[in-house]
Amino acid sequence: MSAAEQPAAVLEVREVTKRYGHGRRDTLRALDGVDLTLHRGEILALVGESGSGKSTLAKILAGSTSQTSGQVLCDGVEITARRHSTARRRIQMVFQDPYSSLNPRMTVRSALSEVLRVHRVVPREQIAEELSRLMSLVGLDDSALDAYPSQFSGGQRQRIAIARALAVRPDILIADEPVSALDVSVQATILDLFESLRSELGLSVLFIAHNLAVVQHLADRIAVMYLGRIAEVAQTDTLFASPEHPYTQALIASVPRMRPRDLEQPPALDGEPPSPIHLPTGCRFNPRCAYAQPTCLIDEPALERVAEGHSVACWFAGQLQQAPTKQSEEFA
Amino acid sequence: MSVVALSRTVEPLLSVQHLTIGIPSSGGGHATLVRDVSFEVGPGVRYGLVGESGSGKSMTLKAIAGLLPRGVEVLEGEIHFDGDDVLTMSPHERRRIMGPRMAMIFQEPMTALNPTTRVGKQIAEGPRRHLGLSKADAQELAVDMIRRTGIPDPARRARAYPHELSGGLRQRIMIAMALSCKPALVLCDEPTTALDVTVQDQVLRLLAQLCDDMGSALTFVTHDLAVVSQTCSRLSVMYAGRIMEEGNVREVYEAPQHPYTEALFQSAPDFDDPGRRLAPIPGLPPSLTDPPPGCPFAPRCQYAIESCSTGSKPLVEVRHRHLSACDLADQIFGGTR
Repeated sequence: MSAAEQPAAVLEVREVTKRYGHGRRDTLRALDGVDLTLHRGEILALVGESGSGKSTLAKILAGSTSQTSGQVLCDGVEITARRHSTARRRIQMVFQDPYSSLNPRMTVRSALSEVLRVHRVVPREQIAEELSRLMSLVGLDDSALDAYPSQFSGGQRQRIAIARALAVRPDILIADEPVSALDVSVQATILDLFESLRSELGLSVLFIAHNLAVVQHLADRIAVMYLGRIAEVAQTDTLFASPEHPYTQALIASVPRMRPRDLEQPPALDGEPPSPIHLPTGCRFNPRCAYAQPTCLIDEPALERVAEGHSVACWFAGQLQQAPTKQSEEFA
Repeated sequence: MSVVALSRTVEPLLSVQHLTIGIPSSGGGHATLVRDVSFEVGPGVRYGLVGESGSGKSMTLKAIAGLLPRGVEVLEGEIHFDGDDVLTMSPHERRRIMGPRMAMIFQEPMTALNPTTRVGKQIAEGPRRHLGLSKADAQELAVDMIRRTGIPDPARRARAYPHELSGGLRQRIMIAMALSCKPALVLCDEPTTALDVTVQDQVLRLLAQLCDDMGSALTFVTHDLAVVSQTCSRLSVMYAGRIMEEGNVREVYEAPQHPYTEALFQSAPDFDDPGRRLAPIPGLPPSLTDPPPGCPFAPRCQYAIESCSTGSKPLVEVRHRHLSACDLADQIFGGTR
């Protein structure tokens, strides 16, 4: 993509940190200086393991918690957790488990029309019409309006949760693991729905996932998080074809493959992420990194641009030979 | 039935025949969770049961382990383990085999481990009881088992309580515990679903390697096709309480013989084939209380013809050691080879 058609940033995260715990005692650094840009009309995937801070970032963006430091800009204007209702409406969230995020005692009609009334999205007399529009947007029949959440399957319930998020006509959707709780045969329908919402409504989507295989089919760009920082950001194709950060390489090599392969070879990555309370000095990935050098134990690498649209937080970006993935091919 | 007639070279370690599991209800209309399921696992074989939620895979495993929830019963069929009928065993006899000969690994180790007991002691319990080891010998074996699961500093870790360990370490402790008496069969119910991918990768490799070292067979329940194809050599694909297809992992992956298996593969993202479009399976699984006649997948199947909705659909051998419950397997998949 050339610089001329640089897409506009709709959401910018600058140097955001989030600490839990106060005073002299150990603080947990859930986010430790995150920079991220969501472009208009794109699907950006945020991938990372548990404890990487991806859900914390989602909460900050949706305004359900506030950052310790740093800025969040929406269309260039700073927004905080205590935001005006118009700003609040622009960014909506879809959660992993639709059953626990829908009121079991409200029919779909009452849950959705409540949102429409409270936010005065449409005049009262148009509510019925608007409800049908929402249902058709998420691929459900109007008859679903009079049912309760428990009467739906997991996939249908996720569609209802999405319809509720769309009710206030947001232009940014933050989806936190929206397909992780669904069966594989249903996952694809929800992924398709996100794709069609993006193309029909021009939504910008931040799609949080732990499964690289899922986002590979959906995302335009992928940001990989590790222990509260972005390790690598790239276009989806680039990230899979030439991952630069050793963690990204290991993450790709760890994805279970359909093709049966040899289990004799060592795993792509040893150990588990260290505690975000006691972060290692230097690069936070160094205790698990196969290439760690003395520099990596002392200084933390910043997220640096290595190519157009491709940034990596590694001292040796561009110099590593992607040995873990190459090696596994030789073994197999 | 054809399943039984299959030629085999070794006596199966585990033999499940015509297993039907349901929730009986006095008013009729009882739910059938597993229907006429038959399969065999040979010694040292890693066998996968794959299916989506509600397919009956976990219930089948629970019936083998004798851990069916209250109210759920085996209505028909037999389960033989090492020649013994598991279903007619007394609780006393069952306790004698659970642990030393058959062991289970659960999805969530935090709920399966005792939070008030040090993990080393928990691992040592089995060997003390079943192998008759002294307290000191059993403790030593526990430390050795922890070492074999690749946990650094095993002696110190043995003194930890479960809450002091991460999810990955806890699952390793569960594996150490399950394998401490060298059981002939290890049952796993989604053992890596709660783990991160890089840790899942480590744990799957460890599990396969330790089972090979100990000569243990594995029966592995999962919803993840990729996980099963990495861990197991043979698998059954379950849908609506029935086995739809059974075969060697490589053959099922390369040439599925049932439309459901094919559809499941097409709906799942495949990391090695990123360009392929994901095709969701339309519709929903059938009701368990009132299943449709004929093939349970027929209402959602793109190949279904009229005869699919009538009669029973037994699992028959369509290729060597490759079974399908689809009448049309030959017509649909016959030409693919």
